[in-house]
This record gives sequence, C-alpha cells and structure tokens, in this order.
Amino acid sequence: MNTVIFRTVAPYLASLMVLFSIFVLLRGHNEPGGGFIGGLIAASALAIYGIACGVAPVRRAIYFHPLQIAAFGLFLAAVAGLMSLAGGNAFMTGLWVFPEIGGVELALSTPMMFDIGVYCVVVGAITSIALALEEREVE
Amino acid sequence: MEAAFALLVSAYFAVSIYLLLSKHVIRMLLGVALLGNAVNLLIFTAGRLVKEVPPIIAPDASVPQGVTANPLPQALILTAIVISFSFFAFLLVLSYRAYQDLRTDDTDEMRLAEPAGEAPPPAGY
Amino acid sequence: MALASSGPMLFYLSLPFVAAILSPVLVRLAGHRGVWLLALAPLAIFAHFLSLADPIADGASFSGGVSWIPAMGVELSWRLDGLSFVFGLLITGIGTLIILYSGGYLKGHPQLGRFLAFMFLFMGSMLGLVMADNLFALLVLWEMTSITSFLLIGFDHNRRASRRGALQALLVTGAGGLSLIAAFLLIQFATGATSMSQLLASPDVLRESPLYVAIFVLVLGGAFTKSAQFPLHFWLPNAMEAPTPVSAYLHSATMVKAGVYLLLRLNPVLGETVLWETVLPVFGGATLLIGTILAIRQTDLKLMLAYTTVASLGLLVMLTGFGGERAIEAAVYYLVAHSLFKGGLFMVAGAIDHGAGTRDIRKLAGLRSAMPITFAAACLAGLSMAGLPPLVGFLAKEEIYAAIAGPDSWSILITIVAIAGNALMLVIGAAVALKPFLGSRPAALDEAHEGSVLLWLGPVVLGLLGLAAALAYGVSNRYVFSPIASAAAGLPVSAHGALALHPGLPLTLSAVTVALGALVYWRLDMARLIVAVLLARIGWGPDKGFDQAVSGIVRLSSGVTRIVHGGRLEAYMMVVFLTVAGVLAVPMIVYGELPQLPVPLTLTFYEWGVVAIAIIGLIAVMLANDRLTAIVSLGIQGFAVALIFMLFGAPDLSFTQFMVETLSVVILALVMTRLTLHKADHRPTRAKIVDGAVSVVAGIGFGLLLLSVTQVPFDASLSQFFAENSRTIAHGRNIVNVIIVDFRGLDTLGEIAVVMIAGLSILALIRLRVRRPLEADARPEGEAAPKGALENAV
Repeated sequence: MNTVIFRTVAPYLASLMVLFSIFVLLRGHNEPGGGFIGGLIAASALAIYGIACGVAPVRRAIYFHPLQIAAFGLFLAAVAGLMSLAGGNAFMTGLWVFPEIGGVELALSTPMMFDIGVYCVVVGAITSIALALEEREVE
Repeated sequence: MEAAFALLVSAYFAVSIYLLLSKHVIRMLLGVALLGNAVNLLIFTAGRLVKEVPPIIAPDASVPQGVTANPLPQALILTAIVISFSFFAFLLVLSYRAYQDLRTDDTDEMRLAEPAGEAPPPAGY
Repeated sequence: MALASSGPMLFYLSLPFVAAILSPVLVRLAGHRGVWLLALAPLAIFAHFLSLADPIADGASFSGGVSWIPAMGVELSWRLDGLSFVFGLLITGIGTLIILYSGGYLKGHPQLGRFLAFMFLFMGSMLGLVMADNLFALLVLWEMTSITSFLLIGFDHNRRASRRGALQALLVTGAGGLSLIAAFLLIQFATGATSMSQLLASPDVLRESPLYVAIFVLVLGGAFTKSAQFPLHFWLPNAMEAPTPVSAYLHSATMVKAGVYLLLRLNPVLGETVLWETVLPVFGGATLLIGTILAIRQTDLKLMLAYTTVASLGLLVMLTGFGGERAIEAAVYYLVAHSLFKGGLFMVAGAIDHGAGTRDIRKLAGLRSAMPITFAAACLAGLSMAGLPPLVGFLAKEEIYAAIAGPDSWSILITIVAIAGNALMLVIGAAVALKPFLGSRPAALDEAHEGSVLLWLGPVVLGLLGLAAALAYGVSNRYVFSPIASAAAGLPVSAHGALALHPGLPLTLSAVTVALGALVYWRLDMARLIVAVLLARIGWGPDKGFDQAVSGIVRLSSGVTRIVHGGRLEAYMMVVFLTVAGVLAVPMIVYGELPQLPVPLTLTFYEWGVVAIAIIGLIAVMLANDRLTAIVSLGIQGFAVALIFMLFGAPDLSFTQFMVETLSVVILALVMTRLTLHKADHRPTRAKIVDGAVSVVAGIGFGLLLLSVTQVPFDASLSQFFAENSRTIAHGRNIVNVIIVDFRGLDTLGEIAVVMIAGLSILALIRLRVRRPLEADARPEGEAAPKGALENAV
C-alpha cells in the first residue's frame, strides 16, 4: 500500500477527513452526525495516514499521545456534566447560552461540550489502537 | 417487514454461534464480530421499522412531523457499535498476544490456566 | 422485672473489646507486665456483677439494650438473671486470672499482644453470649466464640497439628452454629418470639408446637457440638494444641459450657418432655463414660484433663436432661465446681510444663519440693475434682447422688453411669494433682522450678475459691447456686448443698465412688494398657472419620471442578449456547407463546437485495478458508448492515457502521497477517453437525423471540417523550444525538469510559514484552518451588 501516490495524497486526505469529522461533530445536534461518528471519521483518517506514511509522522502530527486526547475527552465530558452542579441543578442538566458573535447566533451548551468530549475519547482510543497495531507491523 | 428481518436476525445468530463454537480463536473472533451485528439488528427491529424517515425534527417545527423512525433503539445501537468495536479490537489483540506466547490458536491447547492432568489439591490441613 | 438503664451495662459489656484493641499496644510498651493493667478490665466487670448480687439473689432480673436491625427484630438486648449472672462471674473472674496467667505463660512470646487481643475478643463474645437476650444477637456472639476459639487454637499456626485442631473445632462448632440458626428461625416462626425473655414468658408454647421435635433436634445440634458431646467430642482434645491458658479458659471453664448454658437456658421452654428426658441423659451418659475411659488412656496431662472435660460436659448434659429441679440444682453445682477445679488444674498442668519441661505423667514425679505453691493449688483442685470434702466438688457430688438416686430402673442405670464416671474422674483428678508431685524426683527434672507469681496466682485463687464456696456454703448457696438453679429450672429453687456428712444413700454412693476410684488409681498403668489395647482393636474413631470426611470433600469438590471446569473452552461455549437455545425455545413452547406463523415477508426488491448481500457475506465468513476471504466477507456483511440502517431511517447508525466496518477491516488486516487462519474447519463432521444444530436452534429461537416481540402492540411512550421534548427542552433537532448527549448523557459517559479502558488495555497488551517460550516452560517449576518450601516448613 506504500505507493507514491497514496503516500503523497494521504496527508491531505487525512486533514480533509479530520476537518470533515469536526463538521460532522458540530452539526450533530441538529442533523445526522455527532461525537461518535465524527470521532470514528477522524480516527480512520489518522489510521489511513499511519498506513501510508508510517506511524511516526502521525504521532508528530497529532502532537499529543492519542490516549492523552482520550483522557482529555473523558475529563471534558465529566466537567460538562459537573457544570450544572454550580447552579444547584442535578448532575448533567444541560446549560445553554446563545451569544451573538458577528451577527450570527451561536448555540453553546454543555451537551455540545459533552459531545466534543465523546469525540475526543473515540478519536484518542481508536487511534491509539490503530497506531499501536501499525507500529508492530513496522518492527 | 419485521418478519423478513426476523429471518435475517436468525441467520446472524446462527452463523455467529456456529463460529463461536469452533475451537479456533480466529473463527471465534469472527463470530464475536457477527454477534455484535446480530444483537444490534435484533434491537433495531424490535423497536419497529420505519422506512427512510430519520428521527430528525424539521427546522421550522418543534416536534417531528408525521411518522419517523424510532430514535431510542438508534441511540442504544449507536453506542453499542462503538463499544463492540473497541472490544472486538481488544479481543483481537488479546488473541494475537496469546498466539505469540502460546504458538497456537487452538483453544484445546491453550491450557495455561487450567492445565490438563493437574495434581489434586492437598487433602490435609 | 427491674429495668436497669442500658448505659453502664453496655459499657461493661464492651470493655473486653476495648481491651482487645489496647492489648497489642500495651504489650509493646510494657511487655508481659502489661497484663496487670489489662486484667483490670475483666476485674471491673466482675466487680460490677458482684454489685448486683443482692437483687439477683432476691430473684430480680435486669434487662436493657439498643436496637440494631429493627426491621428484622434484631437488637443488642441483654438480660441478667441468675443464669447469666453466674456465667458472667465465671467468665470475668476466671478471665481475670487467665489474663494474668497468660502474661506469665507466654512471657517474651513475640505475639503475646495478639494472643491477649484474641483472648479479650473471646471474653467479650462469651460474656455477650450469656448476657444476650435477643436470639440473633446470641447467634452472632455464639459464632464469634467459635471464631475466636479457632484463632486461639491455631495460635501456633506453624504447626500442622495446631492448624488441624483449629480447623476441626471451627468446622464442628460452625456446623453446630448453622444448626442453631435454623433452630432459632424455627422458634421465631413457631412462637413469634425474638428474645429469650419473650420465650421464657410463655413457657408452654414451644412444647406444644408441632415444630417441637425439629427445634429440639436443631438446638441439640448447636449445644452438642459446642459442648463436645459424643460422637462430636473429638474436636475438644484436639483443641489442646492451643496454648494452655486457652485450654484452661475456653476449653474447660467457659466456651464449652456454652452448649450447657443453652440447654439450661432453654430447659424451662424445651424441657420436661419425654424426648428431652431421654435423649439428653443417653448422650450425656455415653459422653461421660467414653470421656473418662479415653482419659485413662492418655499420658499427657492436658489430654487427660481434656477428656475428663468431655466427660464432665456429658455429666452436665445428663443432669440437665434428667428432669426435676433437684437434677438442675446438681447440674449447676457441678457446673460451677467444674469451672473452678478444671480451670485450676489446666493452669497447674501449664505451670508444670513450664517449670519441668514436660507434661508426660510417666516422666513426672517428686515436684512437691520444687513447686510447693503449685502443689498446694493442685491438691485443692484435684480433691475438688475427686469430690472429696471440704471442697465444692464434694457438694456437687452429694447433690448429684441425691438428685438421681431412685428406686426405678432408669434411675439405677443413671446412677451406675454416674458412679463409674465419677470414680474414673477421681482417678484422673488424683493422677494429675498428686502423681507429678509425690514420689522421688527423677534426675531429668533437676531443673524444675516454681514459676512467677503470674503462673501460680490463678490456680491458687481458684482452689481457694473452691474451698471457700464449700466452707461458706450458706453464702454461696444464696448468691450463686440458688439464683442459677432458679433461672435454669424456671421457678424459684433454694439450693440444698451443705458441707456435712448426711448418712444415707448419697454418702454411701460417694463411698462406693471413692473406693472404686482408689482401686483403679492403684492399677492405673494396667487400666491404661487395657484401654489402649481396646482402642487399637477398634481402630477407628470420629477423629479419624473427620479426616476422612475432609479429604473426601476435597476429593469430591476437585472431581466436580474437573468435570464442570475441564479446561475445554468449546465445552463451556457449548453449555452456554445450549442454555441460550433452551431458554429461548422451551418457555415459548411450554406456554404456547409462539408467534403466529406464517408471516408475510414483504420487502421491496432493493431491500431484498441488501438482505441477500448480508446473508451472502455471512455465509462467506462462515466458509472462509483464508484470511483475505474472511476479512472481505466480514466487511461485506457489515456494509450491508450499514445499508439496512440507511434504508430504515437511521443515517447516524449507518455512518457509524460504515466507519466501524472500515476500521475493523483495517485492524483485522493488520493483525491477521500474523495470525494463521487454519485452512478449513478442523472440526470433525460429527462435531460440525452438533454445533450446527445448536446454532440453528438458538438462531431460530432468537428469530421467533423477535417475531413474537413484533407481534405485540408497541408501546411508544418512551420514544414519544424523546420526540416531543428533544427540541423544546434540549434544543436539538437530531433526536438520536440528543438522547445520546443529553437525555441519556450519563450512560454515554459510562460508555466512553469503557471505550477509553479498552484503548488503555489494548495499549498495555501490546506493550507487554513477549515472554519467550523458554521462560514459559520454566514457570511451572518456579511455581512448584514455593510449594516444596511450604512442605518443608510443615
């Protein structure tokens, strides 16, 4: 699979897929999509990148260890749940704000933050699995 | 509609159980992968089938218009897919490591924890 | 009934447990001298009991308690009447002396602190046991005495004999505890009473209950195991593996009396029936005779005493079941006398062991000059055991003969048993108390010496108490014997014991006993030989039977384990799926809940197409003979499932399934390149047919289940709720996503944690260094090494 074309295209393809995954993640609350799907898309992007160019460039590109990303995601999801406690509500009560930035109304909420957490966990855990397996391949 | 799916689900379960009853770890893994799909399809069908209308509310409405697919089994299955995938990966790596250590994928020969002909336990105090 | 405030009594009852916690610390700070301080705890309780002596003697009883599990009628309630009063005095009084004695006996032992802690735990449990009013509190404390006894017998756990003795005691008394639980549950069921007070308040209910026989048998199961009645007596001699203070305290003076306590306590409600008055004397009499005969056989001082303890317990049970207040009275005399003299004699035996270095009666002689104080204490205790005046044992024996002597054949039989038992007991008492001290001292015992004050204080005090109780019989009758006899008989009794020679039947029988005893003592060596030959001829006993039972259970369980857990994964899987098939098919067929058939299979042609692709993929996976086919066909069925989701309004599922299948194919390809997929199935055709049949049945079962589910009306209220509130409350139009991240967010949090853990585990698995086969082979030997070392240590 280490053809020149594949190796040349792979980084761009991967970045496009990651970008698309973020799009899928953010529109998930209203259209088909969400953290699980977005995370899987990003994870396959990184897996493909790893197959094409080796694991080292992928690790350099994402900078953090995949499991660090996953742990951050779990943390983010938990914090999103805990935030409602500050207002005296039950754990995981959704909080919403609708600030208007540059004439566009944004919907920011703890469920969204939670979904981003889910995304990070899925990306991190599955990329970690894929990269670890690909690394054995190289040895 | 559901009846045809009952048939499909039967086929899924039968094939996955047949594979799980094999002695070879690799076949059992294939069985596990199929079992996940079998269960997902079972839940999906049990929540009733609706053609082509996803459970999404139109931008100008506050409740879904008309009949839509049942969202609840979908939510259950969505997470189930991801989790069964992670555990499929886990089992895969586990059997791979077992294969490396034991040099076999035959479960009859994987007897490190329960060796054949083990000495009986001490009968005294 | 006077009701004392529960405060002080609960404080005193918890004092031993406090001492148990303190003792390791105190011993670390002050060494064995710490026992002087620790002994204050039981002494304080003893003093508290004494302060209540007057009202108790006047027939009052006290009670109190705190609730523990009110919903189940369990409370920590206590009841102080004559019976628990005397037991309390024995437990704390002898306990004080034993704690002091332990300090001397185990001086410098590295685990003295732990030992004392166990002793105090036992003391607290035993005290609680006799004070407990609530039946279930009594049970808990009953079991606690078994457990502390186990810990104390196994104190020297490096020796196999200790471990065996401890386990045996625990198993036998534990089985008795189970029996007692059943008994108390039945009592509660039959009478509704949850406490002794309630039970004693209406004495006839239990006797008239149809459950009487069952309750009777179960109560005896508890009492006979604890009080070592034949044929369950064997654990008590083996319990002599414990350090001597334990033997003196638990296995003669207190714990083994718990069974007798229970019988005395329940005598007013269970006694006076034909069953009671037959079974108890028969077992008690048998135990008395067998115990004394086996005692003659022994040469170890402690074992001689242990078997006479068995015999004494038999005598107590016999008297308890004989019937009538007079027999109860005799029983309580003997109970108190036995605790005093046997506790003392055990301590003497320990002191001899300590001072002379042996407990073998054949090697001991002439110690009177080396150990004069111990000798004096031994004389007091031994004479009391022999039933000679002017000691409390004499009072007890006179009372026994006065109670049981009668003209009918039953009384004559019991009397003969009692005379034989008492005569042999006299032999042992004299042998233990006199033989080591009289005669000329052999050279081997030149080093013999008197122990410290801690070692002789206990036996001396107990001996003097035995003397005082007889000399001042007026006082002891009023404060000790009358209250306990009244409580045990269930009606006011005034004790008759007096230190006087009443010419008449009892005195004659006493004289016969002494004469018979003297005769056997004279020919002790020969008697021992006769018993030894007799036992060798029989060659089997309950003790050996216990070993056979234990190893039988081990063999049985390992055999069962081998059958159900044979190490063949396919067998386990087969069991699992057979069960699944059975669970699915059988209820549907039995209850006639099969779905209606035939059903119309209506799908459009493209839906059929997708289903067909899925089935083709499935079959290809099943038949795949190489890894590429397997991976590709697995992918095919996965994409077919994704298409199905797409066609039936689940785009989210569809995308997720697509991504997962892609990733599955990728990682399968990565791993499988290094795993060999065996060409074709290796199962023989017969196995294939069986497996195929099971899987087809299970598969059809799932299909039928699904059909019946879809044929009942659908309750959409839950989905309806999500659909209606998704936009209005949760501001999201994709209902599936809203359920995942908002409505059921907590579930999702758990699920992503699982994904995370799977990722971590996989990383850990991959990072594990591959163990070389060489090391793998070396491991079983490495495992065997510690086992061998253990054997050597044993």
